Amino acid sequence: MPMEEIGIVSYGAYIPMNRIKVEEIASTWGRNPENIKKGLRISEKSVPSPDEDVATISVTAARHALSRVDINPADIGAIFIGSESHPYAVKPTSTIVGEAIGATPELMAADYEFACKAGTAAIQNCIALVRAGMIKYGLAIGADTAQSAPGDALEYTASAGGAAFIIGKDNIIARINHTCSFATDTPDFWRREARKYPRHGGRFTGMPAYFKHITEAAKMLMTKMGTKPEDYDYAVFHQPNGKFPLTVAKMLGFREEQVQQGLLTPLIGNTYSGSSPLGLCSVLDVAKPGDRIIMVSYGSGAGSDAFDITVTDSMKNFQREKAPTVKQLIERKRYINYAVYAKYRDLLYWE
Amino acid sequence: MRDVAIIGVGITKFGELWDKSFRALITEAGTKAILDAGIEGKDIDALFVGSMSPGRFIGQEHVGALVADSSGLHVMNIPTTRVENACASGGLALRQAYISVASGIHDIVVVGGVEKMTDVIGGEATDILAMAADQEWEAFFGVTFPALYAMIARRHMHEYGTTREQLAEVAVKNHDNGLLNPNAHFRRKITVDSVLNATMVADPLTVLDCSPISDGAAALVLAPLDKAKQYTDKIVKISGSGQASDSLALHGREDICTFKATVEAARQAYKQAGVEPKDIDLAEVHDCFTIAEILAIEDLGFVKKGEGGKATEEGRTRIDGDIPINPSGGLKAKGHPVGATGIAQAAEVVLQLRGEAGERQVKDAEIGLTHNIGGSGATCVVHILEVV
Amino acid sequence: MTTVPRFWREIPQRYNLIGTKCKVCGRVYFPPREVCPYCRRKSLENMEKIKLSGKGTLYSYTIIHTPPSKFEGQAPYAVGIVELEEGPRITSQIVDCELDKIKIGMKVEAVFRKIQEDGDTGAIYYGFKFKPVENESER
Repeated sequence: MPMEEIGIVSYGAYIPMNRIKVEEIASTWGRNPENIKKGLRISEKSVPSPDEDVATISVTAARHALSRVDINPADIGAIFIGSESHPYAVKPTSTIVGEAIGATPELMAADYEFACKAGTAAIQNCIALVRAGMIKYGLAIGADTAQSAPGDALEYTASAGGAAFIIGKDNIIARINHTCSFATDTPDFWRREARKYPRHGGRFTGMPAYFKHITEAAKMLMTKMGTKPEDYDYAVFHQPNGKFPLTVAKMLGFREEQVQQGLLTPLIGNTYSGSSPLGLCSVLDVAKPGDRIIMVSYGSGAGSDAFDITVTDSMKNFQREKAPTVKQLIERKRYINYAVYAKYRDLLYWE
Repeated sequence: MRDVAIIGVGITKFGELWDKSFRALITEAGTKAILDAGIEGKDIDALFVGSMSPGRFIGQEHVGALVADSSGLHVMNIPTTRVENACASGGLALRQAYISVASGIHDIVVVGGVEKMTDVIGGEATDILAMAADQEWEAFFGVTFPALYAMIARRHMHEYGTTREQLAEVAVKNHDNGLLNPNAHFRRKITVDSVLNATMVADPLTVLDCSPISDGAAALVLAPLDKAKQYTDKIVKISGSGQASDSLALHGREDICTFKATVEAARQAYKQAGVEPKDIDLAEVHDCFTIAEILAIEDLGFVKKGEGGKATEEGRTRIDGDIPINPSGGLKAKGHPVGATGIAQAAEVVLQLRGEAGERQVKDAEIGLTHNIGGSGATCVVHILEVV
Repeated sequence: MTTVPRFWREIPQRYNLIGTKCKVCGRVYFPPREVCPYCRRKSLENMEKIKLSGKGTLYSYTIIHTPPSKFEGQAPYAVGIVELEEGPRITSQIVDCELDKIKIGMKVEAVFRKIQEDGDTGAIYYGFKFKPVENESER
């Protein structure tokens, strides 16, 4: 049965403008910044302002996506937001976004959580609903203001940002050829209910977790599509640091050049649910019609969602300039020191 | 309408009066005013009291009844009314009392103003005062009262070239006057430098540009002019009374460098009194922030719009200047127990017109003006008092 | 104390700058008005909702160093009066810029931010703030 073409109608990104350098965090804890920079391949990370959270980041990314196309927000039939830092434990972020972009009230709305891959899970669900004919457009968002305990290794990378994708059938700028997922019960990283900071299994987060799930999902996808790494112009892998995505690319047989455009962690840190989605935005900022993209996310606990995407001719007329590109968002920055970081991230205690 | 005179004044010390309660303060001021007027309790027909937010400051509403009760007048079951229009509550209580006497409904009326502000901690006092702003569209976004006046100051500096130093001169002058007023909250000299270098509250306003959080009360006794002579020889008449409104929020105004409520209230009062700005010998104006005094002297017509800062810098508003402003020390130095302020302004003008203002006496004062603002200029009450 | 319904009923205005326009004289109001102050009774039933662009210029501003209790921990922060393209002026925080770079007359545009929250356990209230316009592609 021939499948209808479904894909990305528009996309938008957002990254808070505050940055903190690895040196600033390292000096606070008496660490050698050069070792950390080399080990994690990261130089600085984004930090949300005190008035920014996953709701505000999601609204901004969604408004950026809407500003690039002429569609009626009321035609958005579903909003799914993937995050592990939703402002409320109970009370959806998705309704806040729905109200702020004018998509309410005829709307399916839900918040997703699957560590760093809830945003790509949101894309998959939008694809399914569009394919089923239940909605005209779906809005999938991955965003986080990632938590990290002071002094923990995560503190160098846990950052903030998000990306929004409008999924539909009309005027798609990028066709999603196929998506599939690989999931197992692998507790490499978690945050218990009502706890502020996550815990992780150290080196256990590597081989049996990140690398296994991404490689398996990517192989599943390429087997199904009959493709090889060299068939793709761009590859976006989840990027908890600057090193893992390059390593996993090598394991799968991708070259560094295929990964580079979508690799943002060295400059903004790990935006968790926003991580591979923002990488995809960065690729879409420069991609030309016919370009083929592979994206594989990873969420601890654990699972990977893989996507095979082809940029369409509609990209030629797409109004990218109506919203900031990822590059512009990365360049729009101001540095803060650790004391201000502590204030912004609510690390100070007072009654 | 009958002419109305002020035949008695009473005022407490203003400041952080830890040992004085709300009821003790207003009872003290009222008693002083009654003794000053030489009347007896049985002569009093009605009470009015201005208070901004006793509900938040001391958790007490229904303070009209409280004031009658604490002063012992409840046994005569006299009518008592609390009046509220933010920081103009006192001036408005005076106007309501004036109207009730002028209309012939009452003869002898005692009108007080009171605020007990130090029973809450500093931060909460700021929150309570911000209730005079638009809660949904100003305060909700984190705006404070000093912030609203700071935005006025910034715009005034932008449009008229008013300088930071000129603003400071208002505070310096009012502190100099406060030194001469035994009831003033602050009795210490300050300099332009100390104002400029003080803790920033809302840029460009420092803590020394702001009036303080004070406790205090003041009271007046009003009588029909034709009966006033029974009680006193030193008769001061209310020759003009005006009141006006404007948008609650500052952003609702076309021009934030002018308080139209002041212009309109003053127009009414001048017209009724048959005088012009140049006839006024002294004025007690609402200097809740230094910029507010500059706006006031412009809007009342003492100087041209935009020249308030310059006039202050040149010393024209000092006690010995050609337009003495706030000889009491004003809200800035005398203190600003908000509900008491409008009444205390009138009490000061009465003392000045009677020639009883001691060291801070303005020479040959015969006509004085009071100017009381609510919020960021949404209410203004102006009174003109005259020696008979 | 801010209660949830008191915030909830203002969501359209606070999230999307929904103002009103008097169909009689054409004046635009924000916050929305039920009655046009100039047309009064003629304006009854003639006030239509209008979504404002969120673009404007800064009319005046201040940097708050002594904040209200709910904004402790945020100071210093900037607030200003913004004159919107459509005419109305509104009060808002000014964010995403160095405090010493703020100037009267600068171009600003609305962003969606957290305004305040009812303590650690209460509701979070969102709404507009304004930031400087950085370049045309963001307009």
